[in-house]
Amino acid sequence: MAYRFGQSIRTVKRAFRSFHFSACLLNEGNAGRTSLFEFHKRNGGKMVEFGGYLMPVVYKDLSITDSHIQTRERSSIFDVSHMLQTIVRGEDRIEFIESLTVADVQGLQDNQGTLTLFTNNNGGIIDDLIVTKTSDNFLYVVSNAGCREKDVDLMRTQLKALKSKGKDVSIEHLSESHSLLALQGPTAHKVLQSLVNYNLNDQYFMFSRSTEICGAYCRVTRCGYTGEDGFEISIPNEKVEEITEALLNYKESKVALAGLGARDTLRLEAGLCLYGNDIDETTTPVEAGLTWTIAKARRQRADFKGANIILKQIKESPPSRKRIGLRALTTGPPARGHVAVLDPNTNEKVGSITSGCPSPSLKQNIAMAYVSTGVSKTGTKLLCDIRGKQYEYEVSKMPFVPAKYYMPPKK
Amino acid sequence: MLMDFFLSLTERLYSEKHEWVEIDGKLGTIGITDYAQEALGDVVYVQLPDIGAEFAKDDEVGAVESVKAASEVYTPLSGTIREVNTKLEEKPGLINKACYTDGWLFKLEYSKPDEIKSLMNEGAYQEYVKKAKDS
Repeated sequence: MAYRFGQSIRTVKRAFRSFHFSACLLNEGNAGRTSLFEFHKRNGGKMVEFGGYLMPVVYKDLSITDSHIQTRERSSIFDVSHMLQTIVRGEDRIEFIESLTVADVQGLQDNQGTLTLFTNNNGGIIDDLIVTKTSDNFLYVVSNAGCREKDVDLMRTQLKALKSKGKDVSIEHLSESHSLLALQGPTAHKVLQSLVNYNLNDQYFMFSRSTEICGAYCRVTRCGYTGEDGFEISIPNEKVEEITEALLNYKESKVALAGLGARDTLRLEAGLCLYGNDIDETTTPVEAGLTWTIAKARRQRADFKGANIILKQIKESPPSRKRIGLRALTTGPPARGHVAVLDPNTNEKVGSITSGCPSPSLKQNIAMAYVSTGVSKTGTKLLCDIRGKQYEYEVSKMPFVPAKYYMPPKK
Repeated sequence: MLMDFFLSLTERLYSEKHEWVEIDGKLGTIGITDYAQEALGDVVYVQLPDIGAEFAKDDEVGAVESVKAASEVYTPLSGTIREVNTKLEEKPGLINKACYTDGWLFKLEYSKPDEIKSLMNEGAYQEYVKKAKDS
């Protein structure tokens, strides 16, 4: 049997393609380990390489489906310490980050964060990331593990350029000092409330603050990548195991460890992009359905990389392809990455799948694809060609499962 | 003589691609191994070959899909498909629950008995899996 781990997690350079994936995991080579590596192994984590790190894909007592349902119904803890955490300091920190992204960081409230994109001169996406404007005179940036090298290069190069103009900026990567946990699910706020001494009801989606947990100075941001309410907690390495245990020991409902497998099915149901699959340097934010990330102030100033191409796509000539959601209309194999999407009327290829899986919540196959704009309307019927057989799919709105973010009451 | 003796053995044999075979007269019953099902996780869909189709050893004959992965199935012996496990259409999870019994994939009338010799016995396969895990 040839083994391919969900195409969605195929972006890793050394994707394992045979059943010998346990061999890959033990052939640890130069892959990094998070501070919880031994903890994951003790807890039955099956470790695989992802983004240059050995990460748990699933734990022995819970299948991906079990773990997925656990997250949707209660809560799960994901070790996301492989992601790149960066602190940007200095008086010109906002100018620095805005020069690389499409966000209006100046316009954020204190302690508010936003999803944004590093773009290139062609309007392509170098990475997606979260930037938080803390009230403590620094920016807190979290970007993808798989893009670590190029993100670090990008930031260092820009840092040099600004410094040579006499600007005041400095950056620090927290890779050696801090871990990152994502606590996700409808009970996440109750679980975390048992360990913090401020009222989590006052902390809305995409807001961040520092706090003490188990005696350690941590940063809690109300965000995640599952579509559920939840938190990402940046924790000093020496305390991460103790805090993970404390979260798992919550008595009133079950909290479980979850791996990359469930993280992938959860984010796909939530309609969220996986960098390297659904977005990359050849896709523009407009094609990717991420136009909303391009802040109004930035559109007016047209001062971000690739602005000429991106703004033209927004204002004058819409792109010829679009990222869309697909739902299977029949049972069958899930359409995964690289599967061809066909127009049922002409049988011609109109696009390809970038991510796909059986949705544990909906119990039907779901996918994301780039298709010709002409067939991108919700409700359009399309075919997916899987190993020579064709299966009916329909263009669907995303998210596939409603998001449960903790939003401020509407005024 | 020796061949007849060999064919009467109900011992399960294994391929390097983690399929198992049980020989019964002219037919070989084929499935995926415990190692394979565990690596895949929850099986959600099984694509089986057509009855009557002829394949050569190592041809791709179908696929097993789990939540996280798609995995092609290859036939470890040349021959003609005589029966497929239709229960898997409704209950693909049988592969996880009982990969060596109710979770079998297909039965094939093998055309090249010599190929059977190239398969591993239980001991050799366990050693093979252990090596794969340790390397």
